[in-house]
Amino acid sequence: MEKRIAEEIYYLMELGRRFEYAAKEHYMTGEISGFLHLDIGQEALSVAAMRAFDHGDVFTTYREHIMAIARGIEPKAVMAELFGKTTGVSGGKGGSMHLFDPTHFFYGGDAIVGGHLPNAVGCAYARKLEKAGHGVMAVFGDGATNGGAFFESLNIASAWKLPVLFLCENNRYAIGTEITRVAPFLEQAKKAEPYMPTMEVDGMDAVAVYEAVSEARDYIEKGHGPIFVEAFTCRYEGHSMSDAGTYRSPQEMQICKAKDPIERMKKYLKEYYNMEDAYFDEVGKKAQAAVDTAVEFAAQSPEPEAAALFEHVFCKECSDVVS
Amino acid sequence: MLYREALNRAIDECMAVDEKVVILGEDVGRYGGSYRVSEGLVAKYGEARCIDTPIAELSIVGNAVGMAIGGLRPIAEIMTANFSLLAFDQIINHASKLHYMSNGKIRLPMVVRFPQGVSKQLAAQHSESYEQMLSAVPGLIVWAASDVNYAYHALKQAILMDDPVLFIEHELLYNKKGEVDVDTPLDPFKARIVKEGKDLTIVSYLKMVDDVMTAVPTIEKELGISCEVIDLQSLNPIDHATLEASIKKTGRLVVVEEDHYTGGYGAQIVSFAAEKLFYALDAAPLRLAGEDVPIPYNRSLELASIPTPEKIAARIVEWGKSNGL
Repeated sequence: MEKRIAEEIYYLMELGRRFEYAAKEHYMTGEISGFLHLDIGQEALSVAAMRAFDHGDVFTTYREHIMAIARGIEPKAVMAELFGKTTGVSGGKGGSMHLFDPTHFFYGGDAIVGGHLPNAVGCAYARKLEKAGHGVMAVFGDGATNGGAFFESLNIASAWKLPVLFLCENNRYAIGTEITRVAPFLEQAKKAEPYMPTMEVDGMDAVAVYEAVSEARDYIEKGHGPIFVEAFTCRYEGHSMSDAGTYRSPQEMQICKAKDPIERMKKYLKEYYNMEDAYFDEVGKKAQAAVDTAVEFAAQSPEPEAAALFEHVFCKECSDVVS
Repeated sequence: MLYREALNRAIDECMAVDEKVVILGEDVGRYGGSYRVSEGLVAKYGEARCIDTPIAELSIVGNAVGMAIGGLRPIAEIMTANFSLLAFDQIINHASKLHYMSNGKIRLPMVVRFPQGVSKQLAAQHSESYEQMLSAVPGLIVWAASDVNYAYHALKQAILMDDPVLFIEHELLYNKKGEVDVDTPLDPFKARIVKEGKDLTIVSYLKMVDDVMTAVPTIEKELGISCEVIDLQSLNPIDHATLEASIKKTGRLVVVEEDHYTGGYGAQIVSFAAEKLFYALDAAPLRLAGEDVPIPYNRSLELASIPTPEKIAARIVEWGKSNGL
């Protein structure tokens, strides 16, 4: 991996983790509410996949703060959204689970498990029709692979050779239910095998994720149809802040954390590019400063005006069409 | 022009001028649509824009949402209202909410069309009406076309708009004949006064408008009154101004709807009258709706489950006599 990209990924992972800890802290103090799904432990996947898929459209789930930031959305606009402020990326109306920014081709932030997959497929149809030369990445968890929307999406994307990169983040748990209790196998890529080529990658290894997603992106951009990438990962926190995580043993968590993606990336930078401790300290400080700035911005931003309640129920232009 | 031809013409004209307009659904392409609404379009615009989908309603609407995000203007056809239940997640959780949740950043220029209602002995899984549920969804415009001219103009407007529109048709209206004035656009958000009158306001929509009009001569003769008949057309948002003016004029309100009585759409109209126009009313309003039963197959049971012109006339005459008319 190029040094520039490796450094960028490392910085975004540091930033992402610190961002999530800050979100957790401000959830505890009550400034952030609702369902807050933290991405700690899965930073390699969220960051490297977004950096590899640097052009094209992205549809993802409610565990998307780090992905949004890695996609280029400003951390302060993400944090302000978590705080429900008017300066948030969705104006305070979406919250943690609904970050949207079409200028970054980032379409949520969908909180219906699997519900965004048909949207990603439809968007890919549009891209194919206009011969855009790029495709769509749909990110989802292992839990989404048991629902009808998932199978419909595999079928249609495959039948019509649509440029969709299905990226499954397999962290093995659908909230508290282990995937193997509700699916016949651990590897969800098996479900996609009849429809498209599949790839498996260590989701705790940013370099591997970057390479796999880059390869998959090339594949869909060449017009071969969809591809399925399954990344095995591990979330350190509960499903959301309301999940105490009692279904996982301390031993399991220990094994999981031994694969820490940030430590791993640090090791990579040390081995391949001889980066020294001073560099990592510097990156840490820079990331923390960005997070602190984001929190300060969010805290100081105004609440939405009362009139915002009724704005954007319908598109403003709709009544102007009649003429 | 036939109702289905008016719909076809609206789609055709939009597809001709804007290559972003696409249609998708079960059998909308080569087959020409189950009710022939998209007949001939595939020959003109090709299979890439007249998309035959698998029988997967969740994806038909879900793909349309994604197409709209991706810059197209999709028109999704669901073969019949009952099948739309499989797409409710996409209609309600996605199509109607993304604009609001994104603070206006995402626009969904899309139309979902389906026919609904009792046709001829199609039984419980092919005969229902869902305007009551879908009109209760903020962010979704719901129009119901009874009139051929409205069908043409409103569908065209729906395709041109940047909001998601649920466009409700009726299986028994596809071969209805009517005049279309293509040169005079109308406001699809407005209700239509089908017939002016001074003693009683009858509010209806979709096929029941025709059944009400069949019943009106009997009602007027028996009660010696004149009825004003309103076709709501836009079920969400509601044209309250037209309703208010009529109810204030006549002082009496009857709502006729084909969906089930309990939780039926007409309850919203009666609620509006009771809350806002209570002192303009000379009598308690009357609602005529379908019975609270799944629609049965047997023809006589089927007809017993919904309002018919005969029942509409008899019930309104009876109600009128005991309410000072």
